[in-house]
Amino acid sequence: MDTVPLNNPILRRTIQIANPQGLHMRPSAAFVQMAERFKSNVTITHEGRSVNGKSLWDLLLLAAMPGSELTLEVDGPDANQALDALANLLSSPSVDN
Amino acid sequence: MRMSEFVVRDAIIPSLSATTKEAVIRRMVESLRDAGQFRDTDLEDVIRAILKRELLGSTGIGRGVAIPHTKHSSVDRLIGTLAISPNGVAFDSLDGEPVYIFVLLISPQDRPGEHLRALENISRCLRDDAFVRALRNANSREAISELLDQLDS
Repeated sequence: MDTVPLNNPILRRTIQIANPQGLHMRPSAAFVQMAERFKSNVTITHEGRSVNGKSLWDLLLLAAMPGSELTLEVDGPDANQALDALANLLSSPSVDN
Repeated sequence: MRMSEFVVRDAIIPSLSATTKEAVIRRMVESLRDAGQFRDTDLEDVIRAILKRELLGSTGIGRGVAIPHTKHSSVDRLIGTLAISPNGVAFDSLDGEPVYIFVLLISPQDRPGEHLRALENISRCLRDDAFVRALRNANSREAISELLDQLDS
């Protein structure tokens, strides 16, 4: 287990997947690549299933359709920046095209 | 969508001799063509589309697995094939490691759900080390086909 200082609250945001093809391999890889730039832990929950946001293999398990909702949970020293960056990425349709 | 459903059994390649990304993709698409999955006239276009997708970022997702894919109007349902490379192929994978197991997908144009569920199933099945070992040790089309059926039982 990573040690996370107790004063880092978990930040949460629910977003809708803007990519017209859903969370397929390219947007998933882009998400993981961005998540890895942050120290914070990143968890994505979709239809009751929670996975590690820094694992492409995990993201592929979600099969998240266009327009469906995901909840991002981020905790760690750079959680604020991470949450903004990752939420923007998922709610932007441009990754696909 | 499960591997047992979309993998065209007659197109499985148990021992791939290709040693480059382009040769692997060509061989796998030819195998689907040979199995009668699309017209010969579409062959080069399908290969080109898959290679073009690779330029946007490798589909080598690490752990010795790659999932080259494209959407193409030559198919009306999602089809795929599976190939095993005994020696591994350099594929610009995320983890920099060679690829031993290839699952190639061709999806119809407007059905993202099928494609997403195929990726989900591949991720679920190929994260199982015992299954991956069994696949890599299977030395015939029939043996691989049987392993796919066992996944569902």
